[in-house]
Amino acid sequence: MNTRPDMSVTIAGVTFKNPVMTASGTFGSGMEYGQFVDLSGLGAVVTKGVSSVPWAGNPTPRVAEVYGGMLNAIGLQNPGIDVFIERDLAFLKNYDTRVIVNVCGRTEEEYLEVVRRLQDQPVDMLEINVSCPNVKEGAIAFGQNPDALYRITKKIKAVAAQPVIMKLTPNVTDIAVTARAAQDGGADAISLINTITGMKIDIEKQAFVLANRTGGMSGPAIKPVAVRMVYQAAQAVSIPIIGMGGIASWEDAVEFMLAGASAVAAGAMNFHNPYLTRDLVTGMENYLIRHGIGAVRELTGAVHA
Amino acid sequence: MKKMTMLVTESKRLSGEIYSLTLCAGEGETLEKAGPGQFAGLFPRDGAHLLMRPISICRYDRGAQSLRFVYRAAGEGTRSFTDLKPGDRLDFLGPLGRGYDVEEMAGKRVLLLGGGIGIPPMLELAACLSRQEGTSVTAILGYRDQNLFLKEEFEAFARVLVATEDGSVGTKGNVLTAAAEGEISADVICACGPMPMLRAVKAYAEKTGARCFLSLEERMACGVGACLGCVTRTTKTDAHSHVDNARVCTEGPVFDARDVAL
Ligand SMILES: Cc1cc2nc3c(=O)[nH]c(=O)nc-3n(C[C@H](O)[C@H](O)[C@H](O)COP(=O)(O)OP(=O)(O)OC[C@H]3O[C@@H](n4cnc5c(N)ncnc54)[C@H](O)[C@@H]3O)c2cc1C
Ligand SMILES: Cc1cc2nc3c(=O)[nH]c(=O)nc-3n(C[C@H](O)[C@H](O)[C@H](O)COP(=O)(O)O)c2cc1C
Ligand code: FES
Repeated sequence: MNTRPDMSVTIAGVTFKNPVMTASGTFGSGMEYGQFVDLSGLGAVVTKGVSSVPWAGNPTPRVAEVYGGMLNAIGLQNPGIDVFIERDLAFLKNYDTRVIVNVCGRTEEEYLEVVRRLQDQPVDMLEINVSCPNVKEGAIAFGQNPDALYRITKKIKAVAAQPVIMKLTPNVTDIAVTARAAQDGGADAISLINTITGMKIDIEKQAFVLANRTGGMSGPAIKPVAVRMVYQAAQAVSIPIIGMGGIASWEDAVEFMLAGASAVAAGAMNFHNPYLTRDLVTGMENYLIRHGIGAVRELTGAVHA
Repeated sequence: MKKMTMLVTESKRLSGEIYSLTLCAGEGETLEKAGPGQFAGLFPRDGAHLLMRPISICRYDRGAQSLRFVYRAAGEGTRSFTDLKPGDRLDFLGPLGRGYDVEEMAGKRVLLLGGGIGIPPMLELAACLSRQEGTSVTAILGYRDQNLFLKEEFEAFARVLVATEDGSVGTKGNVLTAAAEGEISADVICACGPMPMLRAVKAYAEKTGARCFLSLEERMACGVGACLGCVTRTTKTDAHSHVDNARVCTEGPVFDARDVAL
């Protein structure tokens, strides 16, 4: 009688056991939070941005707290693709979860280099970060200009062996325009939102709190903006959307699905609740049971007009 | 490490803005073993300040399953902790980080240097060292003024010298002024305090040839090594990102002074 709801979702031909993913950069490659949650219980682990060569990142302070959220300006510190393949991908092979690798670069060629290196690796999807506000060159410049976004999406699609997710920035006037540019460029899916550019000033020291001056804002305070953008993007494109921005509870995850997301990612709130990803899976499942909904994918875009 | 709700068993002001807080594991919960130099993340309870506050372990009582913290009410989060009363609950993440290697210091002459709010973590270290055979422990505690805290408790485990910036108690000056005045020689120096003090201690250790371990502070978000928010420049390739930036929350907060570029 009491059959459990179908929690699986399929994005660009890849089936995930449930729609709960990790937001890039908030979960490392899973090693750290693997001490709190069973990675095999997640839909996917989305890894920290990786570039073709090691990046040292920004000076500290790199993080600051704001009301209901935080700012970060990590600057994409990462060991580069070689170490990532040898260590992080090898680690993730031990888990029965999907692996989505987040890719960053300063130039088009740097993105393509990483995408090429991943061609024969055990990776299910690529997420292209064209939306990081914390590095000087590349990244967000590609994501804010629809033509540049279209072009880089096309080039990446031409070399990628795995389906490609373009990760969009909320720091644009009209998210529908960039969502369409990604779709037109051939993206298999989009994910949003990356962080919203913010700033914090220490009034006693009369100085910027972050060494980088600006940082990306994330956490519950940005959730309404993220839900609105996921909804607008869902109206604009037909490719699947991975929704994120301030998810703190299963209720938030359901909200993103109703707005149009096919899957969701938990970011900064992992820092507050290291068990968050696990809690999202069980909470969503119970919600489906309570509402008599047979499959989680039925939630996608189900908000009444 | 884990996140759990702890019970407040003691919460009181020690002096000025310095408070003491003792937490014990709730029923059915067990606290993982904690060592000197490690820290914990304490979460404000208002739902708007979402990041944990990293606070060093000042005492650990395995039998009582409790941890004591001594903290300065600095900003909104730590100020909110001052309202806690016995019986209240507080979310806790820990124990976190890599602390001091007590066994390595066995049988040596160890000098503990604590400056200001860097004093509390030295107490658990002094307690652990005092249990090691043949280890001699001297603690120099640096305060701003006559508002001392924890001094009597150190006296149970170590020879204690005091320095105050205004000269109201002990040596006028900082912990190194007191070390020079007391003609203290040491095989190993362990220090926690503000960055200018740590830089001076590092230079002092290089001059005297003592092994030196420093406890560093950085802004943190996750506390577990995932966000890369809390890095410090290292002199050697770091284990995580290979870019000479080690995570204070994971590779530290205690570092061999030779390994960090302050
Ligand atoms: C490993 C480690 C051990 C520490 N041990 C102690 C201790 O035993 N006793 C003690 O009083 N203090 C200790 N500190 C400093 C303590 O973490 C800060 O004073 C505290 O986080 C300030 O929080 P707040 O809410 O009062 O300030 P707010 O200004 O409201 O804090 C805003 C944000 O900035 C962070 N922050 C502010 N100041 C610091 C700081 N100096 N270091 C790190 N993060 C900061 C907070 O954690 C929070 O995320 C330690 C710091 C670290 C990194
Ligand atoms: C500390 C930190 C590091 C991040 N690093 C990356 C990154 O490397 N690549 C990326 O695409 N997004 C990165 N992000 C953005 C998140 O993946 C996510 O899009 C954003 O934080 C919004 O979700 P949240 O509010 O749940 O955190 C980072 C966010 C944080 C807080
Ligand atoms: S606080 Fe996140 S890595 Fe140290």
